[in-house]
Amino acid sequence: MSKLPYEVQTEPVTPLSILSPDGEIVDEALMPELTDEQLKEIMYRMVFTRTWDERAVNLGRQGRLGFYAPVSGQEASMIGSEYALNKDDFICPGYRDMPQIVWHGLPLYQAFLYSRGHQHGGQIPEDVHVLMPQIIIGAQILHATGVAMAFKKKGEKRVAITYTGDGGSSEGDFYEGMNFAGAFKLPVIYVVQNNGYAITTPYAKQTGALSVAHKAVAAGIRGVQVDGMDVLAVIKAVQEAAERGRNGEGATLIEMLTYRFRPHSMADDTTKYRTKDEEAEWSLKDPITRFAKFLEKKGLWTDEDTARVKEEAKATVNEHIKKAEQTEKMTVSGLIDSMFEHTPAHMEAQKADFQ
Amino acid sequence: MAQMTMIQAIRDAMRVELERDPETLVFGEDVGKNGGVFRATEGLQEMYGEERVFDTPLAESGIGGLAVGLGLQGYRPIAEIQFFGFVLEVMDSIVNQASRMRFRSGGRFHSPITFRSPFGGGVKTPENHADSFEGYMLQTPGVKVVIPSNPYDAKGLLSSAIRDNDPVIFLEHLKLYRSIRTEVPEEAYTIPLGQANVVREGGDVTIVTYGAMVHVSLQAADEILKMKGIKAEVIDLRTISPIDIETIAASIQKTNRAIVVQEAQRTSGVAAEVIAQINEKALLHLEAPVIRVAPPDTVYPFAAVEDEWLPTPSFVVDAIIQVLEF
Repeated sequence: MSKLPYEVQTEPVTPLSILSPDGEIVDEALMPELTDEQLKEIMYRMVFTRTWDERAVNLGRQGRLGFYAPVSGQEASMIGSEYALNKDDFICPGYRDMPQIVWHGLPLYQAFLYSRGHQHGGQIPEDVHVLMPQIIIGAQILHATGVAMAFKKKGEKRVAITYTGDGGSSEGDFYEGMNFAGAFKLPVIYVVQNNGYAITTPYAKQTGALSVAHKAVAAGIRGVQVDGMDVLAVIKAVQEAAERGRNGEGATLIEMLTYRFRPHSMADDTTKYRTKDEEAEWSLKDPITRFAKFLEKKGLWTDEDTARVKEEAKATVNEHIKKAEQTEKMTVSGLIDSMFEHTPAHMEAQKADFQ
Repeated sequence: MAQMTMIQAIRDAMRVELERDPETLVFGEDVGKNGGVFRATEGLQEMYGEERVFDTPLAESGIGGLAVGLGLQGYRPIAEIQFFGFVLEVMDSIVNQASRMRFRSGGRFHSPITFRSPFGGGVKTPENHADSFEGYMLQTPGVKVVIPSNPYDAKGLLSSAIRDNDPVIFLEHLKLYRSIRTEVPEEAYTIPLGQANVVREGGDVTIVTYGAMVHVSLQAADEILKMKGIKAEVIDLRTISPIDIETIAASIQKTNRAIVVQEAQRTSGVAAEVIAQINEKALLHLEAPVIRVAPPDTVYPFAAVEDEWLPTPSFVVDAIIQVLEF
């Protein structure tokens, strides 16, 4: 049957790609402006985060960390998107997005405390503009929308950024947040890290939409798709979205096509739903090896650099896990006192049972 | 002083607070140019502009999340949920987000949000408009819940709610919006949250109640006095979370008998919590069990049978006789 003239038409999108899997620049014109020092810093952060992830999985097995959602494979989408922000931009992360808020300024030992279930993990330093990770998938999308409205009202040149996964794009709050941003033209960036799976459910079972990026159309905001294993493409897309936000041009949905090399969480068995072939195919796209090849060709990076960063990361992780373990224990009366600005009388009385 | 209805008093509280604190924002569905479906925000957008008083898309969850986000950046949101029956769409923002913000951030962030919403029966609304869902809120750590019964209280309590740096659920009974006028000062004043009010003194039985049932209870108190010379003390809770058990316990020390009257279904609402706290604080002063006057545990009724379903003064009188004759 032929297409009716009043039928909404959609075409597949082509993801923004700057760096080929061999580390070649595909499109020089799209290249974000970055100095050699900045390129090395981005590499440093990606290698550091990969090592931290490996250590965190082991610390989890040893019982020294609690809840932990692995990030290996998503370094480009996570590190690149944070790197493209200003320090006073505000991040509303999902539960997997610890690297972004740590690189935005949250001390690593506090990230570990969050994992261990300690309140101090959420006591974000005053000059760090992030929320703690959001467990309710979709809620962070609304918070970023409200934060962005505040920036707009105050006339501040700041943007809010928030992250969810492909599964999260099925939530009502995902649509409501984007739709509010469309209606109010807010400076906010919605990042969907599409790693193909929501726990065990593949993307194809979330939606019939051609891409998550297409969903921007429903909210009247800009939608783009990016190769999420390409850190330069990620930086380019976020820089552009942030600039548009700061200039009053409204919100952007960025879908980043990525992959997690590890399970969804420490309690997940990937062999039930993924094949070895699929994993092997994606490992060829590893964002770190790809970017390393690019930097090596430019004479900016060597294997020794990688080895050095790994050692540094291990030492830092060790230092911070110790600091986390040495943090004073919480008390029930302390919890009671942190519920309200002024503790009501009936809760004051409840403290007596715990002293 | 001016004579005001409750809706006027509520509007006046928002006017006073918008004037007082430039970070205060009013938003929701049709609260801007339209002035709210019940005129609660009438004229406020004209006075304070679209930046301060504005309409939102029709999405309660979005409204709640917007309030949380604005609260993180120093604003003081007054978010309206058009009818409290629609609160289920925004439960996550209230119960998981706003209520926990201070706690989960160890005090780094907080949610100085007032969620205003009408509810309550007796005016033949369509489905999902009149339900008394305050019990859900009562079971949420981190929020305060306020239900005024008259214009004077409404203004003072709403000002307190707005100035509170933690989330407050402010529930406005539809039947009370225009049915009573009282003297209300035009200037700002506050009534502390968490304090009940003895609206009628008496020594024979204590009636603990809130919302529209305050007026039903006062009528019942008149009737039982005429019928049997019984003097009922009527306590208007005003804040249902936290409950002012001290005022209730002090009354029971005097009367030795109590009933709880609510519009919410028997196993919903506040009554069970009030009775549990009376057991803890005043059991030895009781001459009879504390009983509840409340509708049956059905879904909120069809409009045509509402008046038979809702508690009336005669239900309250029967309960008083029951505890007196125990």
